[in-house]
Amino acid sequence: MNWWWLVLVVVVIGLFGLYLSMTAGRLDALHKRIDTAELSLDAHLLRRSSVALELATSGLLDPAGAIVVAEAAHAARTAADGDGRDAEQRRIRAEAESALSQALEATLDEEEIEEVRATPGGDELIEELAASARRVQLSRRFLNDAVRACTQLRNQRMVRTFRLAGTSPWPEVVELDDSVPAPLATA
Amino acid sequence: MSMRIGLVCPYAWDVPGGVRSHVSDLAITLRSRGHQVNVLAPVEEEDDLPEWVTDGGRPVAVPYNGSVARLSFGVKATRRVRAWIREGDFDIVHIHEPLAPSLSLLTCWSARGPLVATWHSSHDRSRVLTAGYYVAQTAMEKLRGSIAVSAEARRTLVGHVGGDAVLIPNGVRVKDFTPEVHDRQRRRELLFLGRIEEPRKGLAVLLEAMPAILDQVPDLKVIVAGPGDSEEIRKGLPERVDHALTFYGAVSDQRKQELLREAQVYVAPHTGGESFGIVLVEAMAAGACVVASDIPAFEQVLEGGKAGRLFTTNDPRALAEAVLSVLADDAARRALADRGYRRAEQYDWDTVVDEVLDVYDSVRVPGDKVTEDLRGQALGRFAARTNFIRGRRGDKHEREQS
Repeated sequence: MNWWWLVLVVVVIGLFGLYLSMTAGRLDALHKRIDTAELSLDAHLLRRSSVALELATSGLLDPAGAIVVAEAAHAARTAADGDGRDAEQRRIRAEAESALSQALEATLDEEEIEEVRATPGGDELIEELAASARRVQLSRRFLNDAVRACTQLRNQRMVRTFRLAGTSPWPEVVELDDSVPAPLATA
Repeated sequence: MSMRIGLVCPYAWDVPGGVRSHVSDLAITLRSRGHQVNVLAPVEEEDDLPEWVTDGGRPVAVPYNGSVARLSFGVKATRRVRAWIREGDFDIVHIHEPLAPSLSLLTCWSARGPLVATWHSSHDRSRVLTAGYYVAQTAMEKLRGSIAVSAEARRTLVGHVGGDAVLIPNGVRVKDFTPEVHDRQRRRELLFLGRIEEPRKGLAVLLEAMPAILDQVPDLKVIVAGPGDSEEIRKGLPERVDHALTFYGAVSDQRKQELLREAQVYVAPHTGGESFGIVLVEAMAAGACVVASDIPAFEQVLEGGKAGRLFTTNDPRALAEAVLSVLADDAARRALADRGYRRAEQYDWDTVVDEVLDVYDSVRVPGDKVTEDLRGQALGRFAARTNFIRGRRGDKHEREQS
């Protein structure tokens, strides 16, 4: 056999190995990005439920609204316990957080917000709640974008054939109602 | 909480331009909020550079995205990017136009950690593909969050490159435009801004509408400010239209602000190609009444006609009607201008920066830092393992210090 062929084969194998190793690197980075995004979403969800709870117990809301928000916020906090690896647990938490979004949306209409803002300390609470709700929305969006990019790469034939993703579990998008009460959303 | 924020601008700092002024306005606003900001940009002339701008290397003029852009790339630029990331110790790095083959793309490659990007322009698919799908994909995977400045820029990203982005419009420094003069003291003028030969700016539509407008308001003056050959335009115009027109040529930013403060009505007869319509926001901030064609971007900025009057795009008769209706009714014109001013305030940098900070906060976890990325480079990986680079880096620091 012509030795040139041998050189060519070695080079091709080398390049292919390089490609595989780079792709593995990309996958690793994407998994890390998803982990960070999950942490961030978790932090902002916790922030939101604690501010909601604070608002509900501050006496600034009308009594009925206060009870609705307090209950939803408490349920969301309880559902957040645990490491979130269990699919069932994740589903329960998503439901509780969606319920909190709906409770906030139902309670905080324009009039209610104006009234709370007018009382001392109320403005800061509302601002904080709005900020955390907006950040929940953003982090969930960015998380799902990372999941989409990762799934796309993991579906490539090379990645599947050579098991480049190793044993890491398939990433999942987070589905929950994260709507911000209309008067608090930005333009 | 004060953050260390790094901004990357791909285009030359010394050349005026949309992205460049966006980055500088964002930096100034973030600094006014108490954050430590450093901008990395190609720099031609190092004198009187603000201390918060880092020289990313001399820009080279190359054709890019339909015009000539001044970019920095190459070994030297890469080295500067890496040094900037190392020494900046940033909590967040915000890259503008991440696929621009300049400091932006280099930063995508060289950094890891909380990276955020802003997409300004809309590319078409072929261009993104020529830039290299693999390159684009690997760079984008590292961006933890993306911002688009317009719906069109977002559509490009979602449709062609793949990926999601939140829409945060360009900011305007509303106070720079705020009028001291009330509508009553304004001159009975129509103002047109923009390159006069560019068909998409729509000067031809305005000129065609002029006879009908002058029939009703014979003494109306029209100011046309923008680069281009005015003699060419004047040729073949009816005499009374010619008489009503004054050409100012290309004007400075400051002169533009003055003109917008003086005229009663600003006309935007654009026929397309505008993705956002920042000039409309500037006109509203200056207190002018805006009359604009109903292209989607303008409709959105003018709240579907509440903050300014819209007319059917490319229809001179509709333009004439719209202009006449606001000239004839003082109360309606002032109401539109007032509503417009309030609309402009929503685009003020001070409001917009809050949304940007929300994005920063939603992509990072406490303790996160932007660091150099050595993965993906075969040599870099080898070097990281053998301490080869670390040794060399030490040498370099010593050399720089001595």
